[in-house]
Amino acid sequence: MSKIFKGNAWKYGDNIDTDVIIPARHLVTSDEAELGKHCMEDIDKDFVKKVAPGDMIVGGENFGCGSSREHAPIAIKGAGCSCVIAASYARIFFRNAINVGLPIFECPEAAASIETGDEIEVDPGAGTIVNKTKGKTFTVAPFSPFLQDLIQQGGLIPYVRKELARRKGA
Amino acid sequence: MGRTLASAIIAAHSTEAAREGEICKVNVDFAFANDITAPPAIVSFKEMGAEKVFDKERCAVLPDHFTPNKDIASAEQTKKGREFALSQGMLYWEVGRVGIEHAFLPEKGYILPGDIVIGADSHTCTGGALGALSTGVGSTDLAAVWALGETWLKVPPTIRVNYEGKRPAWVSGKDMILSLIGRIGVQGARYMALEFGGDGVEALPMDDRFTIANMAIEAGGKAGLFVPDAKMLAYANARAARKFSPVYPDADAAYFRTETFDMEKMVPVAAMPHSPDNVKPVRECGSPEIHQVFIGACTNGRIRDIAAAAKMLEGKQVAAGVRCIVIPASYEVYNQALDMGYLRTFTEAGAVVCTPTCGPCLGGHMGILAAGERCVSTSNRNFVGRMGSTKSELILASPLTAAASAITGRLTDPRDAASPDFFKKLEEE
Ligand code: SF4
Repeated sequence: MSKIFKGNAWKYGDNIDTDVIIPARHLVTSDEAELGKHCMEDIDKDFVKKVAPGDMIVGGENFGCGSSREHAPIAIKGAGCSCVIAASYARIFFRNAINVGLPIFECPEAAASIETGDEIEVDPGAGTIVNKTKGKTFTVAPFSPFLQDLIQQGGLIPYVRKELARRKGA
Repeated sequence: MGRTLASAIIAAHSTEAAREGEICKVNVDFAFANDITAPPAIVSFKEMGAEKVFDKERCAVLPDHFTPNKDIASAEQTKKGREFALSQGMLYWEVGRVGIEHAFLPEKGYILPGDIVIGADSHTCTGGALGALSTGVGSTDLAAVWALGETWLKVPPTIRVNYEGKRPAWVSGKDMILSLIGRIGVQGARYMALEFGGDGVEALPMDDRFTIANMAIEAGGKAGLFVPDAKMLAYANARAARKFSPVYPDADAAYFRTETFDMEKMVPVAAMPHSPDNVKPVRECGSPEIHQVFIGACTNGRIRDIAAAAKMLEGKQVAAGVRCIVIPASYEVYNQALDMGYLRTFTEAGAVVCTPTCGPCLGGHMGILAAGERCVSTSNRNFVGRMGSTKSELILASPLTAAASAITGRLTDPRDAASPDFFKKLEEE
C-alpha cells in the first residue's frame, strides 16, 4: 500500500522555473537539507518559514521549466514537501523528480481548483487528489507502464544497479 | 508516414520500433556534465554500484560554470568533478583549455551528425545544430548513462520550423529563434522536438545555427535539430573526434505542426523581462535605459557573435555609466578574436573582456546585477534573478543589438546605431 500524503497547498502560477525553485547562487552544494533552506526564495521569500512537513506545492502549466538542475526537486524535498501537483511539467524536471524520488502528480483540474491554504490529501495508489477544504476529488491519470515499472523498482538508481549486476552475470 | 529527424535518430539507436510517443531504450554516443551537475551525478553513479564509465572517450566533465572558481564552495565542487574524471581516465579539460560546454564540444568534434548526446545541462540541445539528437537531463539520468551507455527517450512529436527567403544583415540567428519563441511561447514545444529548415537556412552560418538550436529549450523543446547539409557536414568533417553517420528525415515526415517565417520581413527583436517569450521588435520596446551589456554565453559567445559586436563597437565608446562585458565562449573563439584584433577593439571602446566561462549568465560571477539595474544580454534566459538581484531586469537580444545598446546606453535597434553601409559590409564579409 502506498503512503497517503496529507498537507496544505502552496499555490504558484504557470511556468515556475528552476531558477526560482532554487536560485543558481545556492548551487554550490547538492545537500538536500541545505538546498531546502532556499527553496522558492526568489518567488516567495518566506516559503521555507511557512511550509510544514507534508505540505504540497501546486503549480500551473510547465512547472519546473528552465535549467536541468536536479537540485530543484531535491530542494523541494529538502523543504519538507510531500509532493508537487501541477497542470503539466517541463520535461527535464519531470524526469529528475522521478529519479530523485519526489512524487509528482499531473492534474490540470486539481491544479486549477486548489488555492493556497487548502487542505489536501493525495492517494497515489488510488490515483486521487482530495481537496478537503473545497470538498472536491480529482483523478490523476496513471504514469505509462514503463515509468510505473521504474518507480516500482524504486527509481533509476536501483534499476541501474540491477542492470549492472545482470550484465556482470551474463 | 515517414520519420522526422528526431524519430529517425532514435530509431537508429534503438532495437524498438520507435513510433511517436513510445518510450525507447537508446544507445548514447556522448554524455557529459559540468562543474555544477557532475558532483550529484558522481554520488548517484556510486550509489548505482557503478565502477567505470561505459566508454572513457565518450564521457566528459567540463568545468565551465563557476570557473575559474569563484569561491571556496565552488572550488570544492569543481574539485569533485576533476578528481572523478581523472580517476576514471575520462575526458576532462582544465580551466585555460576548456570553454562553455555547448560551444566547446562541437568545436572539438565530440558532437556529430546522427548522434544521440545526453548532457546534464538543459542547453545540451545546442548540439542539434549538428544534426544530433542532443538533449539535457538531470544528474541522476546522466549517471545512469555513464554507467550503462544507454538511456530512455520518448519519441517526441516534431514541430517543423521553416525560415524562407533572404536574411537581412541586421537579423541574426538570435532574432530568428527569439521570433519563434515569441510566437509559440515558452511551452510551445514542451515534450517536442523542433526541426529547422527552409530555403533560408542553407546560407545560414553554423554559429547562427548553434544559437537557434541552443534556445529550443526556451520553447520547452526536448531538442532543436538542423537537417544535415553541406555546411554542417563540412564543419563536422573538419573536426570529428570519431566516425559518425548522418541521419536524415523522410521526405514524407509527419510533423505535428509547421511554422514558417519570411526572413525578409524579420527585424531585430528582444525578449523583455522576465520571460524568453516576451518578444517584441527592438524598435517597439521604448528604448529603456540600461546599466550593463553582456555579450557571451553558450547562446552567443562564438566568433561570428564576437565579430558582429566588435564591428559595431569599432571606433565607438561604451556609454558612460554602462558596463559592457564580453566573454568569448571558448579559447578557439578567444584566440580568433585576438588574432582579428576584436579584443583590442573592445578594450579600446571601454568594454571588459573575460576568460571563457558562463560567468554572469546564470548569476555566477563577473557581472552580477544590483537591485534596479537593467542589462541587455546575449544569453538565453531572463528569469527573475537570473543574473543577480531579483529586482534587476534582463533583456535578451542579439550581439548586434547588445553592442548597439552599449554605445547608446539604451536598448537600441542596430539599424539605429549604424549606417546602411555598415550592414552592406557586414553582409559581404
Ligand atoms: S552560458 Fe549560461 S545557459 Fe549556457 S551553459 Fe553556461 S550558464 Fe547555462
